Parts: sequence; C-alpha cells; structure tokens
Amino acid sequence: MRRFAELFEALDGTRATGRKLALMQAYFAAADDADVAWGLYFLTGRRLKRVIAPGRLRAIAAGAAGIPDWMLERSHAHVGDLAETIALLLDDGNAVPSERPLAQWVGALKALRDADEARVAERLTQWWRALPRLECFLLNKLLTGSLRVGVSAGLATRALAAAIEQDENLVAQRLMGDWQPDAGLLAQLRAPPEAGTIASQPYPFCLAAPLEGEPATLGALADHLVEWKWDGIRAQLIRREGRVFLWSRGEELLDGRFPEVEAAAMALPDGHVLDGELLVWTDGVRPFGALQRRINKQKPGPKLLREAPVVFLAYDLLEADGADGRAMPARDRRARLEALIAGHGGDATPLRLSPLVAATDWQRLAALRAEARSRGVEGFVLKRADAPYTRGRRRGVWWKWKVDPLTVDAVLVYAQAGHGRRSNLYTDYTLAVWDGAALVPVAKAYSGLTDAELTEMDRWIRRHTVERFGPVRSVRPEQVFEIAFEGIQPSSRHKAGLAVRFPRIHRWRRDKPAAEAGTLDELRGLLEAVRSAS
Amino acid sequence: MPDLIERTAEGLYCPAGDFHIDPWRPVPRAVITHAHADHARGGHGAIWAAEAGVGVLRHRLGADAPIRPLAYGESLDLGRTRVSLHSAGHILGSAQVRVEAPGGVWVASGDYKRDADPTCAPFEIVPCDTFITEATFALPVYRWPEPASVMGEIRDWWRAAAGAGRPAVLCCYALGKAQRVLNGLLEHSDETVYLHGAMTPLVAAYRDAGVPMVPTCPVSEAPRDIDWRGQLILAPPSAAGTPWMRRFRGAATGFVSGWMRLRGNRRRRGFDRGFVLSDHADWPGLLDTVRATGCRRVLATHGHSDVLVGYLREQGLRADELGTRYEGEADA
Repeated sequence: MRRFAELFEALDGTRATGRKLALMQAYFAAADDADVAWGLYFLTGRRLKRVIAPGRLRAIAAGAAGIPDWMLERSHAHVGDLAETIALLLDDGNAVPSERPLAQWVGALKALRDADEARVAERLTQWWRALPRLECFLLNKLLTGSLRVGVSAGLATRALAAAIEQDENLVAQRLMGDWQPDAGLLAQLRAPPEAGTIASQPYPFCLAAPLEGEPATLGALADHLVEWKWDGIRAQLIRREGRVFLWSRGEELLDGRFPEVEAAAMALPDGHVLDGELLVWTDGVRPFGALQRRINKQKPGPKLLREAPVVFLAYDLLEADGADGRAMPARDRRARLEALIAGHGGDATPLRLSPLVAATDWQRLAALRAEARSRGVEGFVLKRADAPYTRGRRRGVWWKWKVDPLTVDAVLVYAQAGHGRRSNLYTDYTLAVWDGAALVPVAKAYSGLTDAELTEMDRWIRRHTVERFGPVRSVRPEQVFEIAFEGIQPSSRHKAGLAVRFPRIHRWRRDKPAAEAGTLDELRGLLEAVRSAS
Repeated sequence: MPDLIERTAEGLYCPAGDFHIDPWRPVPRAVITHAHADHARGGHGAIWAAEAGVGVLRHRLGADAPIRPLAYGESLDLGRTRVSLHSAGHILGSAQVRVEAPGGVWVASGDYKRDADPTCAPFEIVPCDTFITEATFALPVYRWPEPASVMGEIRDWWRAAAGAGRPAVLCCYALGKAQRVLNGLLEHSDETVYLHGAMTPLVAAYRDAGVPMVPTCPVSEAPRDIDWRGQLILAPPSAAGTPWMRRFRGAATGFVSGWMRLRGNRRRRGFDRGFVLSDHADWPGLLDTVRATGCRRVLATHGHSDVLVGYLREQGLRADELGTRYEGEADA
C-alpha cells in the first residue's frame, strides 16, 4: 500500500503529463505482476464492487472516532469526501506505512463482503488506526469504490506499455472491455501480437474534438466527410466467431438490452466491427429521452420494444473480413461500410447507415446547421477523409461542430459542496426560474465558472445561507446565471414539468437583478418551439 | 442577571464597563485582542491593547492611534468592571480579555492557539465563569501535527526544490505565520529568506520586539543578478498567480495554513504542497481549553460555532453561539 500511496501522492502533486507518465511507468516497472494488475485496474478508473454501504461505513467510523453521528455528518459535509473525513478523524500522526502489497489489501477488502457486521467493524477500525492518513484515505476510497486518480486511462495504458515494452496500441486494445486484474492479465498483455485478442474485444473509440474556431479554418469541405451528430448512445458492434457483441463507449457490454439490433447484426458476415450510434427511431429519430427508457432495461418487454424501437446507425468500419482496417483512410472505410450495409442491412432493418450530409461549401453547411435542433441532432461531425481511425480524442481527425446551445437566465436557490478538487467549496448549484412569484428549480449546474469566481461565490453562499439541509444550503435568491443547455424535454419527474439537457453555467449575470431572470413560460415556449419543429 | 458581554451592532460590548472588544465600527473605548484586520479596526476614541503587540498594531492602525498599552496581567478599572489582558498564544501581542464584575468573571479569548510558538507568549489559562471562544477549526477533522515536524517538512520541500534547481515560493499570512516560519527555520538553516513587500514591515516589527528569525531580505532589494533557483521566498497568499510571481520561473509553491489539512483546499488553490500549521486551536485544543478554564458557560464566535456548541451541550455544558464578523484564518 505504501508504494501505491506514494504513486497516488506524486500523481496528485503534478499536472505535467510527462511527469505522470514517468511516475506510473516507474511504479509498473518495480511492482510485481499482481500489484501491476491492480494498480492498472485503479489507474484506468475501474472500481471494486462496493464492499460496504456508505451508511454502515459512517456508523462504524463515528464509533471508531468516538464522536456522535451528527458530528461525523458535519465533518463529512465540510470535507466533502467520506474517505478523507474518516482518514482525518482517525489520524493520530503516529501510524507507520504498510508494506503489505496492494493486491493483498484488495483481497482483504473483498473478504469483508462475507464477514459479519461485528467483524467488519473490528477490521476496519484496526486498519484505520494502523494506517497513515494517506493510506487510510486510499483504503477507504477502494472500499467505497470511489477512487479517482487524475490520469486518463490512455495515459496509464501508455505507461504500462512502456514498462512492459509492448506495443501501445496492442496493449490498449487488449485492455478494452472486460478484464480482470488477475495473474493471467500481464501474461496476456505481454503475449506477442500474433496471439491477437479475444472475440468480444472492442477497439478503442475515436472521439471527436470540439471545433472552436470557424470551420473554414479546417481547409476544404471536400476533404471532409460530414455527418449529423446524433444524440444517442455511441456503440461498437462486433460480429465475430458467429456471435454479436455490442459495446457502449463506456466499455460496457450491452448484452440483451437492444435485441432488435443484435438480431439484425446476425445478418452481417463474420469478422466485422462497426462504429455507430444507438437511437430510438420511429418515423424519424426520437429525442434522447425516448432512449432513456431503454438504457436501463436489461430485458425490454414487447410493449417497450414496440414503443421505442432502437436502430444502430453505422458510421465507420473498423474491421472487415477479420482484418483490422483502421489504418485505411476514412473515405475508403466509408465506401466499404456503405457496401456492407447495402448488402446486409438498410433502412428497412435496425442496421442502418448514418447518411453523409451533402453540402458544397461551408456557408451552405452552416445554414444546414441551423436546422440541427429541429432535426433532432446536435450538429455535425466532420471527419477528415484521408485520416485513419485513431484512438481517443485527437484534434484534426474528427471534429464536432455543435449547434449553439439554448440559454436562460436562472436564479441560484440551492448550493452544495463539490467533490475532489472542489470539495469543501460550494460549487454545485441548483438554479430556478420564475413561475409567477415563485422560483421553480429547472437545472443543476456544476461548471462554467473560473476558480476565482467559484471562490467568490463560495464566500457569498456562506454569507447568504438561509437554511441548511444536510450538505445543501438554500441561499437568498439574488445571484443570476445564464445557463446553457443542449435540449429541453417534457418531464413528469421534475416540478417544472420539463427538463433541460446538459445544463452548465455560461455566464455570471452580475448585471441582472433576480427579479429580471427568466420564467417558466419562457422555457415552455422553447419546449414548444423544439417540439413543433421536430 | 444580564450578560456581562453582549453582541451589539458595533461588536462585542460590555455595558457594565461601557467598552467594546474588537469592535468593527468606531466606538469611544475599545479593547483590541490582536492586530489582524478583522479584529483591529481604526477610528476608536481610546484603545487598550497588550504592550507586546503595540508595534504590529501601530503598523495596522497608524502611528497616531490612541493606543494605551497594558502589560499581560496588569489590571485596569473600566466603569464597574476590572479588565486585564492575558496572552492568547495566537500572534505577537495577542490577548484574551478578562472582565471581572460583581456578577462573575468573563473571558473573551479573541483568536488563540495551544501549540508551541516561540514568536509569542504562550496561551495562559484564565479561570472564568463564562468563556467566549473562537471556533475557526471546530470540527474533529482538525488536529494539528507537531509544529516541529511541519517545519521539517518545509525544510525538506525547500531542499528538494533547490535540488531540482527551482525557486521555492511559500505562501503564508503576513502577520504571525510568516514570522513563525522564519523563526522555525532557525533550527534548519541560516540562509537568507526573501520576502514579498507586504511582509517586510511586519517582520521588522517582530525583530524590534526581539523575536529571533533567520536573515531576511525584501525581494525588491535582492541583487539584480540574483539566481532565484534554490532560494526560499515568502509571500502572502494573495500574491499567488499574480505577475509578481513571474520572476520565480518554475517555482515549487507551498501554502502554510490550517486549511491545508484538507486535500480539496490545497488542490483548489493549485499549490504543489500544503503545510498544516495554524495559529488557531485545533479541535482537541478547543475542548481542552474550555475544560481548563473551568467555565460553566461557553459562547462560541466565528467558525464552526454550531458544532462546538452542539458538542458542548451534549457534554452537559451551557453553550450558545455568538454571531460576530470575525473571520478567523481566512478560508483558503
């Protein structure tokens, strides 16, 4: 645990990517295989299945610290992180680092799942007292499945590839999807390229970078493939060894959730991998809200399948006839994709082609972009026609050119402390609009202010608190923020009767008195405009 | 019996003695506990303050401020009360105000700490009936490490920066913390430490009061061709991220404050390192102090006063919050 804690601390203390890479590489090179596997597991953002419920953990911690429950709650609200709160409460400054390897600690934690309550409390108390603050914090993070390290999975993968002297792309591909940090993992990663990958293994996704400047700066429109940017679930469809595997971008296997798509994909010849988007489609694309009904249904029933049928809109071909085709230019991949769909899918099936948008110049394309919202899409994706299919978000390969967001001026009514870098700082805002003389909450927004503004607002919130509800404070309704959002939908779950999609703070309207903020009628108008257009 | 000290629009007020304690608006008679800006405001008719802190207080209030120095323990009759000042261990010249009247003894402790600090007189336990306490760090997550070990961490961090050919810029409050660090460094170094302009006069005031510290030099008076790599520079937190910092290219940055106990505070401010050293009492320090005074009633001022009050009530003590405008150690 000491070595992993030292790595964590060092990663936490630097913002230089090169330094982070070197630190992880050194850790991987020095640790034994079991600790490399678990270190990689956590550094790539994976988590243990919860060992203990937070409520139970809090009760044990209050007991161990000898304080009443309400004081633990107040401490937690102040610190903003339960794992850190416990580590601080139990820190007597005398503990010595633990030389027990990370893998063994994980084993000990997992064993708690089968232990009785008294035993769990006894073990945890003993560990908390024995471990220094940082290691105690990490142990709690592993325990609650909430460890976050400030490195991307891609960077951790690179560091590992360097440490084991294996090709980076191969390691990245072998680490896609499900894998267990067991003894076999390192052997599998070290295996020569000829050993290949397993049938269900997806390729790393190519992600679009946001286009900030004018599109004309990208060069000629003719050098790009233009598609609508769909507002669905990004997915990879794998047809190998007589089976179909559907993966989300979150590297989750979507087995059985979209049976109509899986059935249609059986028509594809073996050895093909497609990149595309899952969408609910009736006479046209349905809003994301319709897809939400399907997302969490493991086994959708016939009624839901009829009401919210899902299609896979393919836009790239990563593997054809068993061969990795990602190095091919986008234009050629597209041509092969079109032929594949024409032969084995099409608009009468749930396996369709994401059409190319025809426009002869940037100006005409910009005019079409104005129709994006009424077409139920988020804008365009511009793909460099001669570029290969790359891994991650690389500028210059795929660009997303999104439609301008919708906006409304809303009043801050509740604030809650953030997490991680923003713990102990009131950064999570609930914003409301006027409905007559009442303020109705319409959005929660977490970002969009600078650190200096956040600090200033934090002070303001502390001084203008009306009431506290646990970690949440209601504040005097005086601060106005312009919030931007991508879409708006009717919602029976929200008091306002509507819900906005991806809200964030656009601007602090210091100039605007609360009385002049937006109204619910204004939002209803936006909702009507969007609905009647689609 | 009415309270001996109450909260009014101007601040804490003692009707029986007709004087205020650390008022935030001008009043005829003020007793000032220490020279931090949220406690020491100007414009009062007469000011009583501890002799040891007059130098730094004059820096805040001006050379002409009507200050009447009192030695620690020396008493003064004001109205129907007897008033004396007792060291609070917070910064140089910080004081608790003991007020005695026929109805009992009250102590307003201002800001205080219990940890060892060679730059000021140690906290004196003053038995009383009612104790007015600060509550800046009144949460059980706040426990201070040994100050000597924190000084060791600062030294190691400075050496590591020097070894990597980087300047080391350490941010800390200009009054109290900076001098405490400069004094603590005597144990480890005799090298000159460079000071931001805001710190220079306060360091001089401490030297005038006889507080030993490592040699210092204002950044503005450093040799023109100075190589900042390996040097230690002290600056107030407000200097972080300003153009003034540009001259220390590639600097390692640290911040010395009780708030650095929380990861979120350190990360948000973007310092490479946080050092947990505070001039306020930590949670065990607050509880020990309340107990040691033998008081029957506690009034808690700024900070997490509701937590302290709630906890003390559960322990069977009479406790209430007393709202003030003091800020304690400004939040990071």
